[in-house]
Amino acid sequence: MENLGALCILLAFCFGCYSIVGSLVGVWRAKPYLVLSSQRAVYAVWALLTTASGLLVYGLLAGDFRLAYVAAHSNKSMPGLYKFAAWWGGQEGSLLLWAWILSTYAAVVVFTNRNRFHRMMPFVTATLMVTQVFFLILIAFVVSPFQVLAVGRGITEVPDGNGLNPLLQYWTMAIHPPMLYLGYVGFSVPFAFALGSLITRQPGDAWIHTTRRWTIVTWMFQTCGILLGAGWAYAVLGWGGYWGWDPVENASLLPWITATAFLHSVMMQEKKGMMKIWNIVLIASTFFLCIFGTMLTRSGIVSSVHAFAQSPIGNYFLVFLALGIALTLYLILDRLDYLKSESRLENVLSRESSFLFNNLILLASCFSVLWGTLFPVISEYVTGEKVSVDAPFFNRVNIPIGLFLLLLTGVGPLIAWRRSSVDSLKRAFLAPTIAMLALIGGLMAAGIFHFYALVSLGLCVFVAWTVAAEFWKGAAAIRAKDGLSLLPAMVELTHRNTRRYGGYLVHMGIVFMFIGFSGAAFNKDSTVEVNIGSAFRIGSYDLTVRDLKEGENENYIWHHARVEVRKAGELIGTLEPERRLYKSSKQPTSEVSIRRRLNEDLYLNFAGTSNDGSKAVIQAYVFPLVSWIWVGFLVVLIGTWVCLVPSKIKMQFARTEVVGVVSERHVPVKS
Amino acid sequence: MKPLVKFGLLTVSIIGTLGWLAADGVNQSKTYYSTISEVGQMGKDAQERRLRVGGDVAEGSIQRLGREVHFTLMQDSLRMKVVYAGIDPLPDTFRDGAQALVDGRMDSAGTFHAQKIQAKCASKYEAKPGQVKPGYEPVNQKRAS
Repeated sequence: MENLGALCILLAFCFGCYSIVGSLVGVWRAKPYLVLSSQRAVYAVWALLTTASGLLVYGLLAGDFRLAYVAAHSNKSMPGLYKFAAWWGGQEGSLLLWAWILSTYAAVVVFTNRNRFHRMMPFVTATLMVTQVFFLILIAFVVSPFQVLAVGRGITEVPDGNGLNPLLQYWTMAIHPPMLYLGYVGFSVPFAFALGSLITRQPGDAWIHTTRRWTIVTWMFQTCGILLGAGWAYAVLGWGGYWGWDPVENASLLPWITATAFLHSVMMQEKKGMMKIWNIVLIASTFFLCIFGTMLTRSGIVSSVHAFAQSPIGNYFLVFLALGIALTLYLILDRLDYLKSESRLENVLSRESSFLFNNLILLASCFSVLWGTLFPVISEYVTGEKVSVDAPFFNRVNIPIGLFLLLLTGVGPLIAWRRSSVDSLKRAFLAPTIAMLALIGGLMAAGIFHFYALVSLGLCVFVAWTVAAEFWKGAAAIRAKDGLSLLPAMVELTHRNTRRYGGYLVHMGIVFMFIGFSGAAFNKDSTVEVNIGSAFRIGSYDLTVRDLKEGENENYIWHHARVEVRKAGELIGTLEPERRLYKSSKQPTSEVSIRRRLNEDLYLNFAGTSNDGSKAVIQAYVFPLVSWIWVGFLVVLIGTWVCLVPSKIKMQFARTEVVGVVSERHVPVKS
Repeated sequence: MKPLVKFGLLTVSIIGTLGWLAADGVNQSKTYYSTISEVGQMGKDAQERRLRVGGDVAEGSIQRLGREVHFTLMQDSLRMKVVYAGIDPLPDTFRDGAQALVDGRMDSAGTFHAQKIQAKCASKYEAKPGQVKPGYEPVNQKRAS
């Protein structure tokens, strides 16, 4: 079986190479059948990788512990879901997942565009397959998932495996990596189209129209991946945080930031024909940051809690990145003429300029995160001393950036294209500004003086007001004309221009998330050692430890505390934080117990018993508003889905399309 | 003023502010990576810097005294006493024999006061390349820690 799996990967590698050569030679020699066959090879790669993945998953489910990968990441007593999730629980398997997702995307791209873009497609295929072949080199020759244990060493049986790291045995963790990968890998597609249109000298827009929806879907996956990871950290790691600026977290955030910038600046290109070079640079940065992120996770160049073992694959990534970036830069510089802007910035108070600031600020944030993440590497190179920076650095730079972005979220959509008059701005912003100041005043009267929390909550009201006002105004107009009642009018409004109003919904979700982030300023915590039956207090809660229980199942031994929660003397619930000791890995984990409410979460961690066993050590936290982050996440998701629904009315752009005069000239393209 | 000039001025002021914040943030949170032997050689300097020291947790050295946790970090034959009294709970992977990274400062008596502890489970099967090749021993034997 392992031979078949390895053979599939090797064959996929060959077909991938064939597909690259076939597409390029096919274009060069003008042989349509060669191009066609190279596209068919993409399907073959997909079929082979699907087989290989199937074999690995079968090995995991069936417990074939002869395979090193299975022995290291699975065992007999794990539930089936986690056996399946062990596919991406380790280095080799997750690279196979990467390759498989890419091959799936490539097959979808080739299939859906089989009758379109005859000039550009061979290059799109080739770009995707170059990336594919790169990953296949890794899993075929460097870190094979089908490595067999103990070949020829006289060992015939390996009774059981190590099991998946217990920390990863949690439902969001089972879907967080695939989501993130769907995002990571998905950005290869818009990048491939961008490169294809550069190579074939298309006037800047074709690739953007084709891949717009694709980018939104990919962005959505990336968002899901990041937030599921945050949710997992909150519910599993026991320290109550959702974001720690760990290098691996940062690696997933970097491409998300550039992709967000891209989604905004694309509008400038669609509506005004501006920023064409910039958009190509952004999508290329996003793609390379995805590769870079994978490298950071896989090669152990910076130390992290997540990082997989140190491994030799870092250098392969560096070579791939260097070559890719060099080629992209060359293409952009060589094709500058095709990327000329069609209009200019006219006024600082304009939609254009708010987009520019949005991009500037996002890029600054991206740069600071990248800089902070690589600080140990850079400082070691420059001064010879390895110096790291952590959370205070990232927070110091990124909190003001976040707040400024939040402000732009509220201001941007209300400013007119080209130029806005100060009067119209006054009219638009008077009410939300008053609401904002009223809230800040109210909070200060209530004794809250935390600067960032005040600014953040104030801006949340400001933005929420402006977004709500947009819906209200639009719906009122439809209501007056068509006589619909308010809610159907809003649905109708959204349906007419899904991207705009879906975008507003996403903004609203971001506002909710900021409400959640602001809550962190008021966190409370306390660690107590209490006798069974006695009570302690945190915030407005009285907690009583009722009893301690022990037990075991085939996967782990558990030990939990039953804690009664009272508020003003009234019993409002029982929490049962638990400690587990996983049998096969001998690793203890804590299962926190959380009472989630919109105003605040009560979060209990059972840290253990005192030495004589009579007292329980309980860590109790109160996290105000944190649930709003997850609410905001849902709203962002819904907003993104709305954006994907086709608009009822086709948007008409008041701009003259540049017809591709140059692109029609048939020049043989050398590559 | 031309819009481009205005835009440029705004940009410069934003970038300037952020740069200033960043430099300040670096100064606030920079931590020097060092090994136990380097800490020994630093002498007095060691007390003035925030350090991040890596090592293995010595077998049987973890003691909980009230809210404080005492343990010994070792690297080959060198030992360093560590006290942790932070708020965050210790990671689940922190136990005898684990590889730990401790963040904090040295006091004049040579005890390290950690504010943050990260730990990696030493028994993780995936060894560093070149250390143990897969296939030399059955997995079960390598799990002892």
